[in-house]
Amino acid sequence: MKGAFQKEKLGKNLTTVLFVLLSIFYVFPVAMVVVNSFKKNTFVKTETFKLPTAESFAEFDNFITGMTFGGYPFAKSVLYSIVITLLGTALILLFTSMAAWYISRVDSLVCRIVYYACVFSMVVPFQMVMFTLSKTADTLKLNTPWTIPVIYLGFGAGLAVFMFVGFIKGIPLDIEEAAAIDGCNPFRTYFSVVLPMMKPTIISVAILEIMWIWNDYLLPYLVLDRTEYRTIPIHIQYLKGSYGTVDLGATMALILLSIVPVIIFYLTCQKHIIKGVAAGAVKG
Amino acid sequence: MKRSHDSAAVNSDMIRRPIQRWSPLFLMPVVAAFLIGFVWPFFHGLFLSFCKFKTTSNWEWVGISNYEKALADQSFMYSFGFTALFAVVSLVLINVFAFAVAYALTQKIRGANIFRTVFFMPNLIGGIVLGYIWSMIFDGFLGYYQTSILMDKSWGFWGLIILTCWQQIGYMMIIYIAGLQAVPEDMLEAAKIDGANGWQTLFKVTIPNVMPSITICTFLSLTNGFKLFDQNLALTGGYPFEINPDGSAVRTTEMLALNIYNTFYGQNTASRGVAQAKAVLFFILVATLAIAQLSATRKKEVQQ
Repeated sequence: MKGAFQKEKLGKNLTTVLFVLLSIFYVFPVAMVVVNSFKKNTFVKTETFKLPTAESFAEFDNFITGMTFGGYPFAKSVLYSIVITLLGTALILLFTSMAAWYISRVDSLVCRIVYYACVFSMVVPFQMVMFTLSKTADTLKLNTPWTIPVIYLGFGAGLAVFMFVGFIKGIPLDIEEAAAIDGCNPFRTYFSVVLPMMKPTIISVAILEIMWIWNDYLLPYLVLDRTEYRTIPIHIQYLKGSYGTVDLGATMALILLSIVPVIIFYLTCQKHIIKGVAAGAVKG
Repeated sequence: MKRSHDSAAVNSDMIRRPIQRWSPLFLMPVVAAFLIGFVWPFFHGLFLSFCKFKTTSNWEWVGISNYEKALADQSFMYSFGFTALFAVVSLVLINVFAFAVAYALTQKIRGANIFRTVFFMPNLIGGIVLGYIWSMIFDGFLGYYQTSILMDKSWGFWGLIILTCWQQIGYMMIIYIAGLQAVPEDMLEAAKIDGANGWQTLFKVTIPNVMPSITICTFLSLTNGFKLFDQNLALTGGYPFEINPDGSAVRTTEMLALNIYNTFYGQNTASRGVAQAKAVLFFILVATLAIAQLSATRKKEVQQ
């Protein structure tokens, strides 16, 4: 018995060692971004894995050139990314949760059609609609950071409606009936009774939508007027996409600037993010 | 959405009728956005796949000839083969590793939370940025061999696999951990008392009980594999090109989504009808795979 116990302990220690090595492999690429963002351009390719030397150290030059790199202020793309992500997520959370409540409670033929259409939309790849969607967005002037959230509401409705309906079906009706008897109209019933109960699902959906919209590249690239509006992924693709004359040091500096807030967000909301991902996966 | 008679009775008019009057506020915003952002573009795209067009307003009906051209397009067929191989290899690697890591992390090893945090981290970074991070890493390494990720197609393939595994193992791990934590404790106890060894318990008790997680993860990794775009664009961009005897170029690391994108937005704007036909075929492929895969793995799930 004691032998088996020790064998198990040894196994666990070995696993820990293995996982430490694996973690190093996981952190390594990000660490290399940090290291290379402080190197002069020509050294990024030749001495990728070395720490900056006196010769290759660029101080903060990459960050300074990066700010106006490619003839477009980086700060602007950060601002647009924030606007689109926040507005898009807010729209999706508010309207899809309301629609999901309506769909679950009214449960008419129209509701079922909308629901199944939403589920269907989840398996349709973006390439199927990208050309026509970008034309539609142009026609309807949904091609600015302030209006593109409508497109996100439309294209992203599927998963959100699906998750909210799944949750609402599990809420007992008694509470809403009691509210109705007390004279609440549906508007009040929804906002003061139903919505607070949905908080966990709202957080899960919010996490999934934020992760999607913040990192999304092709949809905003095709929909937005690119000369004026670039999100962070679009901006970075612009810089790196033109092969040949790329300032790798400055690109790495911008990549670093764009992932630091994300990693801080991740470390502070880690519990919710992991719960959200696990909850989002229950679909299907 | 199955409605039992029970809930229909409870879903009384007291609740339903008043809400129905509020449909303009509750239902219509989503329906309107959904029509603009999905339904109309979808059917419009379906229609245009039977047309020759450069812009959406200037089209001419050509029947199924776009589909014939798409299927005769060698680059499309090549990218299909490349994508299928990629999807299968990444599906296997991601799920084996993610399950193994999740299994180990649920065995109460020291620092499990830290490892979980680290492994999930790449999911927060977008595909374009990930692609450029890894292209720096690969080029730094391949530089020692006087080559680059853009010059070697097998490195292009394995580079995409490494990048995808690095990104998605953590995501699938989270789903597997949730599944493993839901395996009933008493079943594991019973297996232990009956004298089952570790492997027997794993294959006879644990795996059947986490089948729902396996369904989800294989589904997600398969469809993600077929739909991969950002990472492909940023890491290899389809390079290196190979020139056929007839002068046409094959982008040797171009996947389906990127092939469709390049057909749409490449030099030849006359091929947009063909691009839309490819997109429809792509949609049919992804949807069929999703449905087939879900129903195949569903059958193996334990009824609880």
